[in-house]
Amino acid sequence: MTELAINFPFALQGAPAPQVQGIDLSWYLALSAVLFTIGVVGVIIKRNVISMFMCIELMLNAVNLTFVAFASYFRDVTGQLFVFIVMTVAAAEAAVGLGIIIAIFRNRESLDVDDANILKL
Amino acid sequence: MFLLLQANTTELYSLRDLMLIAPELILTVCGCVALVMEVVLPYRKSKWTAYFALVSIGLAAASLASLYFANRDLFPLDGFYGMLRIDGFAILFKAIFLIGAALTVAVSMRYLDVEGEQHGEYYALVLFATVGMMFLACGFDLISLYISLELMALTFYVLVAFTKREKRSNEAAMKYFLLGAFSSGILLYGMSLLYGVAGSTNLGEIGRSIGVALQPSVNELGMMTSGIPLRPLILLGVIALSAGLFFKISAVPFHMWAPDAYEGAPTPVTAFLSTGSKAASFALYLRIFTEALGGLRGTALDWAPLVAIVAAITILVGNWAAVTQENSKRLLAYSSISNAGYVLLGLVAGNSYGYIGIVIYLLVYTLMNIGAFGIIISLRRRGIIGDNVNDMAGLAQKAPGMAAMMAIFMLSLGGLPATGGFIGKYFLFGGLLQRGRLEEKSWYYWLAAWAIINTVVSFYYYVRFIKVMYLGERVADDRPLALSPALRAALVVSLIGVIIIGIYPQPFIDLAQKLITPLTAGALAFR
Repeated sequence: MTELAINFPFALQGAPAPQVQGIDLSWYLALSAVLFTIGVVGVIIKRNVISMFMCIELMLNAVNLTFVAFASYFRDVTGQLFVFIVMTVAAAEAAVGLGIIIAIFRNRESLDVDDANILKL
Repeated sequence: MFLLLQANTTELYSLRDLMLIAPELILTVCGCVALVMEVVLPYRKSKWTAYFALVSIGLAAASLASLYFANRDLFPLDGFYGMLRIDGFAILFKAIFLIGAALTVAVSMRYLDVEGEQHGEYYALVLFATVGMMFLACGFDLISLYISLELMALTFYVLVAFTKREKRSNEAAMKYFLLGAFSSGILLYGMSLLYGVAGSTNLGEIGRSIGVALQPSVNELGMMTSGIPLRPLILLGVIALSAGLFFKISAVPFHMWAPDAYEGAPTPVTAFLSTGSKAASFALYLRIFTEALGGLRGTALDWAPLVAIVAAITILVGNWAAVTQENSKRLLAYSSISNAGYVLLGLVAGNSYGYIGIVIYLLVYTLMNIGAFGIIISLRRRGIIGDNVNDMAGLAQKAPGMAAMMAIFMLSLGGLPATGGFIGKYFLFGGLLQRGRLEEKSWYYWLAAWAIINTVVSFYYYVRFIKVMYLGERVADDRPLALSPALRAALVVSLIGVIIIGIYPQPFIDLAQKLITPLTAGALAFR
């Protein structure tokens, strides 16, 4: 497990990917798909802004897992790079999102999305 | 400078690469300067920042023009190790974004004065959003595309929330932020699956890998050596990417955020959101779906039927929901949803007619939509929001010139001949017919017919504005409109653009054809 995440020296490119016995790429993909689905379902059913936001972060991290799994499979650094960039963007997004959430809380003292009903069909 | 030279010797990136992104660099630096100006200048002088932003957009446009004229025979140019590709497509879209940004800054000044929120960082945010859009147009790698998409989206979240004391603006920002971040996550999942197919994030490489995976000699599912079937992976990736992009361009069934965000946001931001952000998302859509996924056209994994169905439903829902709206910003939001459906038709057509239609329509749409929102802004004053359709009542007596302009913008949005909107729609629908003739499939004809029928419906609500302005029984309020020179200039520029493109479109068509054709050739080369 740790071996898979850490080992990606350039010299090894083209060498077979190190594998934990019996756990191949599809396991990682399945795990990330499950995590992603949990995130999507969470965004849909949760009513609190902060919880929804955490579910979105869960989705992003599931994607990161996919990237790392593929990067390790291909012996390619690009996927690992992408993960760093996704994490950076997620941090920026958290800053903006929490700023908006604070602005809302100051104005209406509630973080329930069902209370946000001034704008309607 | 020393750092630059050092980087040059180690060949991490060269000066040539930096020249390729000169317009974006200018805008970035000017955006940072605008941030400092906000701190230094006293509040009553903060309009200087707006003029500074206009100047910097002009500088960026000049640099874009010189980039084009210096390199136009060398396109496409790759920079930063294939991260960016500067070609005619990128130049055209960047020009559209710069026009949109300049008009937005011009219409913003008076609105922010009325709101009492004339802050320099607003203009800095507009500039940064423009930088994000411009990189979206020229990104050629999933990484650069993702970063620029997020740069654009994050600045827009802040812009929508800009009038932070107003509850409507807060609420719109919250909805836009949650759904925008959610859709970015889905889009990113699609990107990760495409990376899994190709082992590379470069769009060209992805296109080649998909071509290999689809070859008949590869076994039924296109197995990778690890036992992961490739074709389902491609299918899932395309669906996730499409869903994310449908969110960004507000296509049905992912359109719910658009009316709320458009209504609650400050009006100039709504104008920019519905033009710049939408055009940039279409640039991203076109880039990915022609360069990376163009090879899927005509195979078992063809995405055209999916896009066609979504476009048909989007046109229907956008037009019919707009009919019953009372709030003019909300009405224009639904109109913008249906317009996204029309532009998707160009992607379904996928030939040079369709692409020319997309570019011209997005350009005209930028002009006429910012124009229409500019008129709505001119109705705003302290105590009156002016965003109800009935607030326009009697505008023809009070300000005949403004009423005439609004009428022309509305007719152009509907697509009346001799306005710019007609030319765009003509090419979009013509592309569909051409494709249908080429492939001898009747559903292309049905789709075009469907779009034309719905265009007729759309006249109902566009003409409603005209009816209220000219035949409205009472005058909503009889004080004269207070127009700022910048707002007036922006309206006149939009009007002239819409009329010129409508009456004499030939130069625009020629230019679009010359710059877009290589993209079509690239998309067709896979077949």
